[in-house]
Amino acid sequence: METMTLKLRVWRQPSTATDGELVEYTASNVSPDMSFLELLDVVNDGLIKKGEDPVAFDSDCREGICGSCGMVISGVAHGPKSATTACQLFMRHFNDGDTVTVEPWRANAFPVVKDLVVDRSAFDRIQAAGGYVSVDAGGAVDANEMLIPKGDADAAMDAAACIGCGACVASCKNASASLFVGAKVTQLSLMPQGQPERDRRVLSMVEQMEAEGFGPCSNEGECEAVCPKEISVSHIQTLHREYIRASLRRITST
Amino acid sequence: MLEGKFPEGPLESKWERHKFDMSLVAPANRRKHSVIVVGTGLAGASAASTLGELGYNVKAFTILDSPRRSHSIAAQGGINAAKNYKNDGDSVYRLFYDTIKGGDYRSREANVHRLAEVSVDIIDQCAAQGVPFAREYGGTLSNRSFGGAQVSRTFYARGQTGQQLLLGAYGSLMRQVDRGQVELLTRREMLDLVLVDGAARGIITRDLVTGAIERHAADTVLLCTGGYGNIYFLSTNAGNSNVTAAWRCARRGAYMANPCYVQIHPTCIPQSDEFQSKLTLMSESLRNDGRVWVPKTAGDERSPQQIPEDERDYFLERKYPSFGNLVPRDVASRNAKSVCDEGRGVGSTGRAVYLDFSDAIDRLGANVIAERYGNLFQMYERISGDDVYVEKAMRIYPAVHYVMGGLWVDYNLMSNIPGLHVLGEANFSDHGANRLGASALMQGLADGYFIAPYTVPHYLANAKLEPVGTDHPAFEEAEKSVRERVDALLAVDGSKTVLEFHRDLGKIMWNKVGMSRNEQGLKEALSELRALRDEFWRDVKVAGEAADLNKNLEHALRVADYFEFGELLIRDALDRAESCGGHFREESQTEEGEAKRKDDIYAYVAAWEYKGTDQEPELHKEPLTFDFVEVKQRSYK
Repeated sequence: METMTLKLRVWRQPSTATDGELVEYTASNVSPDMSFLELLDVVNDGLIKKGEDPVAFDSDCREGICGSCGMVISGVAHGPKSATTACQLFMRHFNDGDTVTVEPWRANAFPVVKDLVVDRSAFDRIQAAGGYVSVDAGGAVDANEMLIPKGDADAAMDAAACIGCGACVASCKNASASLFVGAKVTQLSLMPQGQPERDRRVLSMVEQMEAEGFGPCSNEGECEAVCPKEISVSHIQTLHREYIRASLRRITST
Repeated sequence: MLEGKFPEGPLESKWERHKFDMSLVAPANRRKHSVIVVGTGLAGASAASTLGELGYNVKAFTILDSPRRSHSIAAQGGINAAKNYKNDGDSVYRLFYDTIKGGDYRSREANVHRLAEVSVDIIDQCAAQGVPFAREYGGTLSNRSFGGAQVSRTFYARGQTGQQLLLGAYGSLMRQVDRGQVELLTRREMLDLVLVDGAARGIITRDLVTGAIERHAADTVLLCTGGYGNIYFLSTNAGNSNVTAAWRCARRGAYMANPCYVQIHPTCIPQSDEFQSKLTLMSESLRNDGRVWVPKTAGDERSPQQIPEDERDYFLERKYPSFGNLVPRDVASRNAKSVCDEGRGVGSTGRAVYLDFSDAIDRLGANVIAERYGNLFQMYERISGDDVYVEKAMRIYPAVHYVMGGLWVDYNLMSNIPGLHVLGEANFSDHGANRLGASALMQGLADGYFIAPYTVPHYLANAKLEPVGTDHPAFEEAEKSVRERVDALLAVDGSKTVLEFHRDLGKIMWNKVGMSRNEQGLKEALSELRALRDEFWRDVKVAGEAADLNKNLEHALRVADYFEFGELLIRDALDRAESCGGHFREESQTEEGEAKRKDDIYAYVAAWEYKGTDQEPELHKEPLTFDFVEVKQRSYK
């Protein structure tokens, strides 16, 4: 099998408080069947043997569903292949001799922890603000007592497919989390289960999103373009509509 | 003799009766109790959120940066429940029976019946949370038949059922975090269990960002840390899935039960090169429409569409006419291995079989097939580079996927250490020697939403616990032992990396303790594993420092534990000289090469007590009795 040699420029930053820089590495004997993260594994094993600190990056399932991995590869969040996480990006999409730049997500709300590892706990705090249906275990009615049209369920599933990786934020010039928040708000506003908390949810989640330092949406659509799950930018319209609806309802009800 | 402590009475009313007999904690007293939940997958997130809803003070820990990423998220196919919405003959009893039979009569009747009973509540709970299950046009929930079941009882959310159920549980968990009822600690790894007066009273964790070693005390500990499949290096498990938390409990005296029961999943994408870090499963729902075959002649290198019908061997349909391509996972896996061993495997490595969709595409049309499996075909294309719509077949090979073994628990999901509860894949309790498809999600959520929230309060109400602070000498001792282990690993400073050791360990396990096992191979594996473990402690090179974000050190700590635990797994496989479920001993097979159980000798749960490094572990047997079902040799002919 033909192998490749690539030049990697990787962002190295020892901790949140320290400055970082791009450091060059050469990766040789790269197999086209390797994933991009397996390439980093091999580079890291080489660094370890030389007594150097390996490149820190998050990764877990390596099948594109957990949302752990995330890095900007040659300027694009998750790299050049659309609808693909970094762990599912295979080296057959690169050419021998390529120079590849690897950087962490860059956003004020996602501080760099080390190298390519960032702190995405802001997403958890947005979820905690209302990204759920408040139902205690044990209190549910029979699942078929609540009929949901197939179209609504399918549309909710489209939105629910978000893996929370943060690529949308990383690719947005405003570092907006609108697609992430919009996806959750859309999912629950489409379903009857989500109705009782519909207003409260969108207002709290948006408030938390702003408090975390994410910017506003300016309709560039970069988020949809890099989203590994192809979450539609139309969910941001839904978010805005839901937000206005809830705000007006709050005004008129007081 | 070890006892499961099952309630008396008829099977159908055991759990109902037990729920009444258990003690309660009054609402005003619940806030006086603290609970540690380790792991935030389906079992952990559902337990932590539910105990929070009830009013207990919960601390939830995850090794990942968010609970939403736990490996339950990767489950594709679905979740079983005995709803009988399809009117096709399903019932609680049938789900119970199928699970007992599928587990090859190596699980407990009382536990499995309870699991089948609460399965129906799980679907209601998840639907109420807004999980977007697949629906029919009339708005009712959709079902499909799955992995060896003759009824349609599997609920699903496209090909991402695990993700959606986990996000539902995660939402409930974050709601309790928002209320201040659950304290969430992310990027924390449990490295020891703390016992005070023989009861589990806390844990030692490492902060994976700063490297700080921390002490956490509580009235009870719930271990929800998943399985140990990564001991095989290549598996469908996530990279961070590991045995460390469970093994640290075993070292503190918790029995490890049936560690040799490992499930090998038949429909995974074959390995391509040595750098491969994981194997990817494709939902076995593919077997509903795909037909498994290899060429009749060894060494046939034509592409699948060039091989005519009469030169193909649809070996599952041929050998098992009534179940065909839908035989249980262990049967499908072993048969794939054996045709490859005969030299009839396909693909560049010869370790693969075809899963063919030509018939289904002809019968139903490419559109229907795309709607059913489009995301899986896409996944396959992304990884292998091949287009299933063009080839009309994919190459598959079995891979380690799930472990039925785990820490021993009684009917209340409590280990032999008082106060240490074990939930989900981390315990051994419900799947016997083989788990049925779509039953892992069911068990994780059953344990977390509907079983532990009854049994944990029962323990708290009766345990008479003295207050314990983290300044107790037991915490000091445990923290010291954790620090020593971290320092010892960093001090070796050898020449071989952790990844290389892990890969070598995986090869020993896969080749000699994999789909097919024999006494000689197991003995060789034991001595090879010990030699590799000695080499590890002599020559491993761990990068970086203890007080830093150090993923290489995390990996090293886990691999070090795999070496110790692996020995136990092999000993268990040696002890069990019968074939059952996922454990196939070549010495124990029928004339046709099918697994042969030896019920008169091995109808027990093997619970192993750790006695120290290089000491013989002690085997405790919990006899399995079957009062309600007739024990048979499984037949899928």
